[in-house]
Amino acid sequence: MTKAMTGAQMVVQALKDQGVEVVFGYPGGAVLPIYDEIFQQNDIRHVLVRHEQGAIHMAEGYARSTGKVGVALVTSGPGATNAVTGLVDALMDSIPIVVLSGQVPTFMIGTDGFQEADTVGITRPCTKHNWLVKDTAKLSEVIHQAFHVARSGRPGPVLIDIPKDVQFATSEYTPMPKAKVDHYQPRVKGDIEAITRMVEMLETAERPLFYTGGGVINSGNAASQLLREFVEATGFPITSTLMGLGAYPASGANWIGMLGMHGLYEANLAMHGCDLMLNIGARFDDRITGRIADFSPKSKKVHVDIDPSSINKVIRVDLSIVGDVAHVLEDALRIWKARGRKVNKDGLAKWWKQIKEWRAVDCLAFTNSDKVIKPQYALQRLEALTKGMDRYITTEVGQHQMWAAQFLGFEAPNRWMTSGGLGTMGYGLPASIGVQIAHPEALVINVAGEASWLMNMQEMGTAMQFRAPVKQFILNNERLGMVRQWQELLHGERYSSSWSESLPDFVKLAEAFGCKGIKCQDPKDLDDAIMEMIRYDGPVIFDCLVEKHENCFPMIPSGKPHNEMLLGNAETQGVIKAAGAVLV
Amino acid sequence: MSALNIKKGSTSHSAYDLRDSHEQLVVSHTLAVIVENEPGVLARVIGLFSARGYNIDSLTVAEVDHTGHRSRITIVTSGTPHVIDQVEKQLSRLVSVYAVHDLTAEGPCVQRELALFKVAGKGEHRIEALRLAEIFRAHVVDSTLESFIFEMTGTPEKIDSFADLMRPLGLRELARTGVAALSRGM
Ligand SMILES: Cc1ncc(C[n+]2csc(CCOP(=O)(O)OP(=O)(O)O)c2C)c(N)n1
Ligand SMILES: [Mg+2]
Repeated sequence: MTKAMTGAQMVVQALKDQGVEVVFGYPGGAVLPIYDEIFQQNDIRHVLVRHEQGAIHMAEGYARSTGKVGVALVTSGPGATNAVTGLVDALMDSIPIVVLSGQVPTFMIGTDGFQEADTVGITRPCTKHNWLVKDTAKLSEVIHQAFHVARSGRPGPVLIDIPKDVQFATSEYTPMPKAKVDHYQPRVKGDIEAITRMVEMLETAERPLFYTGGGVINSGNAASQLLREFVEATGFPITSTLMGLGAYPASGANWIGMLGMHGLYEANLAMHGCDLMLNIGARFDDRITGRIADFSPKSKKVHVDIDPSSINKVIRVDLSIVGDVAHVLEDALRIWKARGRKVNKDGLAKWWKQIKEWRAVDCLAFTNSDKVIKPQYALQRLEALTKGMDRYITTEVGQHQMWAAQFLGFEAPNRWMTSGGLGTMGYGLPASIGVQIAHPEALVINVAGEASWLMNMQEMGTAMQFRAPVKQFILNNERLGMVRQWQELLHGERYSSSWSESLPDFVKLAEAFGCKGIKCQDPKDLDDAIMEMIRYDGPVIFDCLVEKHENCFPMIPSGKPHNEMLLGNAETQGVIKAAGAVLV
Repeated sequence: MSALNIKKGSTSHSAYDLRDSHEQLVVSHTLAVIVENEPGVLARVIGLFSARGYNIDSLTVAEVDHTGHRSRITIVTSGTPHVIDQVEKQLSRLVSVYAVHDLTAEGPCVQRELALFKVAGKGEHRIEALRLAEIFRAHVVDSTLESFIFEMTGTPEKIDSFADLMRPLGLRELARTGVAALSRGM
């Protein structure tokens, strides 16, 4: 017989049964019973954040760097509304997190009670699924179902809203194996006939290309391993979205770099010119496709995705395979081997020759300076000095994010955490703390812009309290750099509100938080300063003053196809027409 | 360093212009969505339509399995074939949705809607209304000396035509349930 417990005890028990080690949260009236239970046990660690948005991003950072489900706990009303941005962020990037929110007692719901908000109503379009649990007898089962939904199929955030009286009332606990989850079982095995057709297509393709995305990372380590094996064995070039970096190593022989709006010249031209596109766990996001009508006009397209709704949503494909990346790749590899490991060798040789010509353009080249630190240089040095370390990178959103993606190399999955789909400024600092909590010994660096960083800087308090030695590497251009770049290219150089005025003194700010501040503005001092940051045993705020007007290239302007990419400033005059200007 | 030999900014004749010319056609489809009857499930379905800009032309919902707590939502939606395909897939993705049947795509189906018409009038108009009601097999479910309420079950088109005929004869109010539909045969 299962034993009776209160709803609050069930929450803690269910989290333990789910293997949860840490919860990121913030207390309030509607979750006090749960906090009381957390206080009386030692298995689950609670990390007190400074703002609920921070809790969600920490849970995301934890989830992305471990492959496990991240957990956050917030109170009703403002606690829940503060969580909304993080929920949408996790939804857009398919990150598995479970958020528990308190709610006013059931008998007060609908009375505009103190700190009442329609949390399930507000978060319905922000979650993969959500529940309002009005009966303690159902609570433990719902929690187990929530974990199942968060991690199954295309992962995503879920929320459970728990009224306070439900936390106090007692009922019987439903253990994990007894929770009904069979009605939500997304298909993981791909259709063998379709996989065989994909293999046939890749055997003859002259200009094949792997285009991989976050789905490979979400599928787990096996997916990355299989992808690597497949790429090496076929000799095909591989590019990836921002979300998929690390699934195939940046040092791998077939890596041609990230694609997309700020992707590499060779990667985008390969997308444009390929005759077979193998989309593995990516979703033809608009940052990738550019103008739809001119997207990769000569290719046959194969799309492997666990979410059927991703297929033919934006780009019509010639062959679709619904399934989990690891399962599909395993079958594909087996079938391809059994059929004699055929590839079109002549075609491939020519294709690589072409790609190498494009690569020779050296699209990431920039004019360095010995007077001012170029942001690209700062990242080159960061890469050189931390390569080979047990390193995790998070970012904020803006130019620095794109430069980080271009200049840092990722050798393994789950090492790169960035807000891709939603583009949430303020993501990187809390995410870095979540990563550090999961990997206490690792070097965790948030590559930040000064403007983004300020959005959740209060979380430095969390980093200090929980001894998370996160390194905040701020590329400070005193500008909302990405906004400034668009204003330069699209709005006649009218820089409307894109300055970061009245910035704090970051070194003093670091001192105020009790951590270390480092300021660097001379390229000559940069290496030593970075080493000082790495060696310091504690959180560091690194104020790296960089060139203020640097633009991020390559860039595919909005509304343009891949082959009309801009490589540098000289090409930028009047390139974006009105039709492109309405796009974001 | 020109890219391949591809025409710069190639044309809308590109093989990958998403829309085939015929896809511009807007078609109407009737979907049967079997859902778990949990609080908020209708909001999920409707929210999906508004969030993604899909059309709802008609919607009916009721629990059809009281022990299994399953409701059947019948939705008539219209859009290009591409949009209809997305509607079906996006609905299937909802955790509370057990199954989505595109009745229009799956073969012939029976569609019925119930409507109530309040028609007020005297003399010739009143007689004409009654006569037409008989032809359309509409029943009188309420009557006063100056008005009738007709009840009619039929396809939405039939209800439309009857409403058109009643308008000049004194149609005051019209209440419709929306479409319920089942596929024909087994
Ligand atoms: C919450 C939020 N608000 C606004 C934006 C729009 N936005 C995108 S990049 C950017 C500027 C970011 O500035 P900074 O963090 O300094 O990075 P930089 O581009 O200068 O490297 C802004 C305002 C956003 N992405 N997120
Ligand atoms: Mg900046």
